[in-house]
Amino acid sequence: MKVTFEINGAEKSVDVEPRTLVVDLIRTKLGMTGTHIGCDTSNCGACTVLLDGRPVKSCTLLAPMLEGKKVTTVEGLAKGGKLDSIQVGFHEEHGLQCGFCTPGMMLVGKALIEANPHPTEDEIRWGISGNICRCTGYMNIVKAIQHAAAANATENTAGVA
Amino acid sequence: MAVETAEATEAARQAMGGIGVSLARKEDARFIHGQGHYVDDVVLPGMLHMVIVRSPHAHARIKGIDSSAAMAIPGVIAVVTGELLAQHNLAWMPTLSGDTQAVLATDKVRFQGQEVACVIAETKYIAEDAAALVSVDYEPLQAITTPQQAIEPGAIVIRDEKEGQTDNKIYHWEAGDKDATDAAFARAAKVVSLETFYPRCHPAPLETCGCVADLDPVTGNATIYMTSQAPHAHRTLFAIVAGLPEEKIRIISPDLGGGFGNKVPIYPGYVVATAASLLIGRPVKWIEDRTDNLISTGFARDYYMDGSVAIDDSGKFIGLRVNLLSDNGAFFADAQPSKFKAGLFHIVTGSYDIPAAHIVADGAYTNKAPGGVAYRCSFRVTEASYFIERLVESAAVELGQDPVTTRLNNFIQPEAFPYQSASGFEYDSGDYPRAMKVALDMLGYDELRKEQAEKRAKGELMGIGVASFTEVVGAGKGKDYDIAGLRMFDSAELRVHPTGKAILKLGVKSQGQGHETTFAQIVAEELGIPASDVEVREGDTDNTPFGLGTYASRSTPVGGAATAMVSRKLRDKGKLIAAHLFEADVADIEFAKGKYTVKGSPDNVKTIQDIAFAAYTNLPEGLEAGLEGVTYYDPPNMTFPFGTYLVVVDIDKGTGQVKVRRMVAVDDCGVRINPMIVEGQIHGGLTEGFGIAFMELITFDDEGNCIGSNFMDYLIPTAWETPRFELGETVTPSPHHPIGAKGVGESATVGSPAAYVNAVIDALSHLGITNIDMPVTSDKVWAALRSKGVTE
Repeated sequence: MKVTFEINGAEKSVDVEPRTLVVDLIRTKLGMTGTHIGCDTSNCGACTVLLDGRPVKSCTLLAPMLEGKKVTTVEGLAKGGKLDSIQVGFHEEHGLQCGFCTPGMMLVGKALIEANPHPTEDEIRWGISGNICRCTGYMNIVKAIQHAAAANATENTAGVA
Repeated sequence: MAVETAEATEAARQAMGGIGVSLARKEDARFIHGQGHYVDDVVLPGMLHMVIVRSPHAHARIKGIDSSAAMAIPGVIAVVTGELLAQHNLAWMPTLSGDTQAVLATDKVRFQGQEVACVIAETKYIAEDAAALVSVDYEPLQAITTPQQAIEPGAIVIRDEKEGQTDNKIYHWEAGDKDATDAAFARAAKVVSLETFYPRCHPAPLETCGCVADLDPVTGNATIYMTSQAPHAHRTLFAIVAGLPEEKIRIISPDLGGGFGNKVPIYPGYVVATAASLLIGRPVKWIEDRTDNLISTGFARDYYMDGSVAIDDSGKFIGLRVNLLSDNGAFFADAQPSKFKAGLFHIVTGSYDIPAAHIVADGAYTNKAPGGVAYRCSFRVTEASYFIERLVESAAVELGQDPVTTRLNNFIQPEAFPYQSASGFEYDSGDYPRAMKVALDMLGYDELRKEQAEKRAKGELMGIGVASFTEVVGAGKGKDYDIAGLRMFDSAELRVHPTGKAILKLGVKSQGQGHETTFAQIVAEELGIPASDVEVREGDTDNTPFGLGTYASRSTPVGGAATAMVSRKLRDKGKLIAAHLFEADVADIEFAKGKYTVKGSPDNVKTIQDIAFAAYTNLPEGLEAGLEGVTYYDPPNMTFPFGTYLVVVDIDKGTGQVKVRRMVAVDDCGVRINPMIVEGQIHGGLTEGFGIAFMELITFDDEGNCIGSNFMDYLIPTAWETPRFELGETVTPSPHHPIGAKGVGESATVGSPAAYVNAVIDALSHLGITNIDMPVTSDKVWAALRSKGVTE
């Protein structure tokens, strides 16, 4: 069947089996391999993408569910060669080690601070608790999201001034 | 000469990025762009997909396999069975512990999840569909799920295919001195014992295992992209197992999404994908799903430990004995040094001066997945550290002492290094009382003990756990330590190009540890080439020197030493070139921070970049061109990182819930190359230790069904449960390591489980509760409280 949606700002129309999982569609059909598969059961969040701005686990969505929606993957974070503040935060605060959970973590972090620009540490920890990281112990992921939130706040203030 | 300001010196230090600088990681760029390149990202023209059919039974005879329904599905290319492999002499393969393991089962299945057949198809979805249609006729047999059952006389023999194997015993191994230990116990004023079980857990890296095997039928070249922590060793073993010519095999281990020891063994999937690619003539991809990973690949522990410490009337430990029984599953497949059947468990005397020790270890086959030594552990150091630190806690309770006092009374003293342990190790360096003091001060120990006393008076449960671990990491030396005969050295090849930029190629392999940054920093320190100018390459056997790989915290102790030594080789060659350029005597050439000078003329400088250019353009007569070299480093000894971890817990009497309030970790891993990366490693290890202590468990029912086969049953800490860690450090360099570093990747997973559990026991010991085995879940604590009549 044909499914039409927008991914990272570009419209796509693809022919897929209805049973195709969104993560496989993105990785195999579209060749964007930044979205990962870690558990198949929606527990780990390595496959997280944003669907109309909300984080979802793409291993548990079927391709037809994308019809008419907007998808953002890690490949859509940097714009015009400029890193998103969440990417800067993860680099500056050593928020990643093996990098496998990182795309999902960054997308969840980005959605979190867009919904709540000044989160407390508890709010961040709760907000990312659907995503597993085996390497970092989360300390620096929390800092990375705080870093991005602070950068966004500074930028917004600068914009107003 | 200009007077350098402190600021300018610091700016220069940061720009160079040498040892001690928290340089942001060079490898981050590709990962934050989603451009990491993991095995599942490899797509080759004509590539097929493989799915493994696994046994639903823990123990059963195979009476027949019918793959006709699977083959009837359009897009299915082949169904590979053990029978087919047997025709190519590939149905069985050797393990890293000198045993054999079924690649695909032919006679019996011996654990639930064992590989029985492989379906190869045009797409992953078709392969999955077809795998469900492979029909296997099983005759179930009695399953053995504990090593105690396994060694009972008359138990059904699991490995009945092995000639001469008449029971389920794998090995019997002893270390230390039995007579001296018996004598110590005979004169002991007190003997304190502990019986504990370190349950089965799993490294569960977020990326599962897998490969893409690409065998070119024309050239005979075999390129295997593979989740491998040890690509060179794997190439050699592939050559031996599959009979392929080694020079035609190229193992490429790309970015790895974590490893933690799970990616050291060779799994049947790799072998079948390779054989299938050879037989079909097209690339074959095999990627585990999470259940495949949890039920069939290298787990950790499943270790029964029973031991005692003999104590004299002054409170000094005088002897230690431990009996071990390990559950190795259906095949003895541990990746560990071949001379040591219980790994390095004999480090069990830990941080304590115990003059006599005796360790007896037995291993048994069971109907469970094979493995035992994975998961962020230098070959059973984790079990040893857990045992001694839990036993010392028990001793403190029995002696009526604060557990800190018991430790201080028995620590190996700083002046005693190098220290010869009763079980045969020579500890390189340490200062255990200092790490303890730093930790106590950070925690505010005395205040918390007062708070605990007040709470206890009110009937509230609060505990403070102490663990002062000592690890042994960085194997070899090669003479004593080998895996499957391959000596445990490691390698570094350094090439400095004419423009002064360098490529460093290593035999080790990062799984997220940040090698591309850390190892560049060693070159920066030794040679004065900025870390930003040093590219680090790993994982491709065609383009890196032979090494044993990354596990057991050996990258920095061995690969890091090799990097320092090869840098020094080039530095020395640079002196010959500098002497030529200066027209001076080589003996008068001095080198510091990337600058060559002639003794007495500090202002006339040739930089390492000048020397590199001259190495290709203006050489002294008779000197070989180029500035490159390779070092194979065989360490003279292992390194012994240590530290003290303190944990504060509060326990809810009504529910048994344990809440970790504080976690202070003071680590001494010798010299820290990149402190930021070191702290990241410790954070990760403390979290995995927390998971093991409280959540992570692979267990089995009586029929051998695996419980813990997905992330809904095998619980991994999220950000919500994970404690907030407070880190401290002391620095006691390793005297034999070229830069004084010891390795840190596993310290926190080794040291922390005992600290967490000791905190729980410290909260409960006044009620007479002396042990709760991990994972310390609320229901176990609740049951223990109820057993002592505590209701709420």
